[in-house]
Amino acid sequence: MSIEIKTNSVEPIRHTYSNIKRRFGDKPASRYQEASFDIEATTNFHYRPLWDAEHGLNDPTRTAIRMADWYAVSDPRQFFYGAYVQNRAKMQEAAEHSFSFCDKRNLLTRMPEALQETLLRLLVPLRHVELGANMNNSSIAGDAVAGTVTQMHIYQAMDRLGMGQYLSRIALLIDGSTGEALDRSKTYWMEDALWQPLRKLVEDTLVVKDWFELTVLQNLLIDGLLYPLMYHKFDQWLAEQGAEDVSMLTEFMRDWHAESCRWVDAMLKTVRAESDANAEQLQRWIAHWQPRVIAALQPLANASVGVAALDEVVGQFDQRLKKLGLVAEEVAA
Amino acid sequence: MSQLAFIVFQDNDNARYLVEAIAEDNPHAEVQHHPAMIRIQAEKRLVINRATVEEKIGREWDVQEMLLDVISIGGNVDEDEDHFILEWKN
Repeated sequence: MSIEIKTNSVEPIRHTYSNIKRRFGDKPASRYQEASFDIEATTNFHYRPLWDAEHGLNDPTRTAIRMADWYAVSDPRQFFYGAYVQNRAKMQEAAEHSFSFCDKRNLLTRMPEALQETLLRLLVPLRHVELGANMNNSSIAGDAVAGTVTQMHIYQAMDRLGMGQYLSRIALLIDGSTGEALDRSKTYWMEDALWQPLRKLVEDTLVVKDWFELTVLQNLLIDGLLYPLMYHKFDQWLAEQGAEDVSMLTEFMRDWHAESCRWVDAMLKTVRAESDANAEQLQRWIAHWQPRVIAALQPLANASVGVAALDEVVGQFDQRLKKLGLVAEEVAA
Repeated sequence: MSQLAFIVFQDNDNARYLVEAIAEDNPHAEVQHHPAMIRIQAEKRLVINRATVEEKIGREWDVQEMLLDVISIGGNVDEDEDHFILEWKN
């Protein structure tokens, strides 16, 4: 007897959700598309929110930037919740490994005490900057109007919380988890003159109302200048002082910054290309905030890497702006 | 006689990006959707470029990751860090 094996092919009735089908056509969609596009409600709101009677819920006029379709901004990393968490779990595993290695070998506590104090004075207070960035990105995620934009910012907010914690743990490694070094480092943030311009800047960002202005300020200008200065230049400077082991504990920040530049640049490119009005608005914000950010970083550079290093960072940042089609304001650093 | 270089993937979320990238790099290739698998075939030669896949998938990608989703291949393999080529050389 012969057996005939037949394959029966069954066409699925639906390849994807209707909202995804309307946007991308009737074909199997990626998880990123299904989890991100056209999921934020846009219509049929009955009441204006009590906390902001000027605007509707998910109101696109909360920013001066106008986009015909905010979903034109999407994440080049294609992070939706699952992909994001998996990716960060991997990065975290590597970071945890470095922390436990440093702890086991006492790499921080066997540094000279003056050097430990330098870490508490110049590195650990950055955790307060991270908390500011966390709050800013959370607030942007609250006000932004497309699922793709919202999710990039809320992931960014979570990342900042995590990095703030890694900085805190550097202090906890130094003080043997008593919290005493953390308090000392907070006193530097609150009272040391060299932190006050940056602290003022962070506090000023917390009250910026226009959410796109806030993302330009936080994710492009502050991060784009602070990260290369503090996690590259300052990191090298620390190594020269004999604290190269700390680099293991801040590697997460370097990897993270290289990655997050990609979506920030992609977002700005799309928004700038939408209209001349958008381009001019971005330009105005950059012209307004960039000199303040540079001025706020100056005391930190003076106390460590020197002004030349800050100039170099600013030069590289101007190149980045040029690539985005946004010309940098002339600033004497 | 025609000689088809081919590669067959499981039909899953990873493979869809690969298929998209391969179809872009090999305009002469034919993509067949079967139940639970996707077969791509082309006369003589099929190229998979790391750069194209990375652009589609939005992250760094190792050519060897692909093997997790491969069911079958046909052709002589030429593989390095930047591409994976299936080709009948005779």
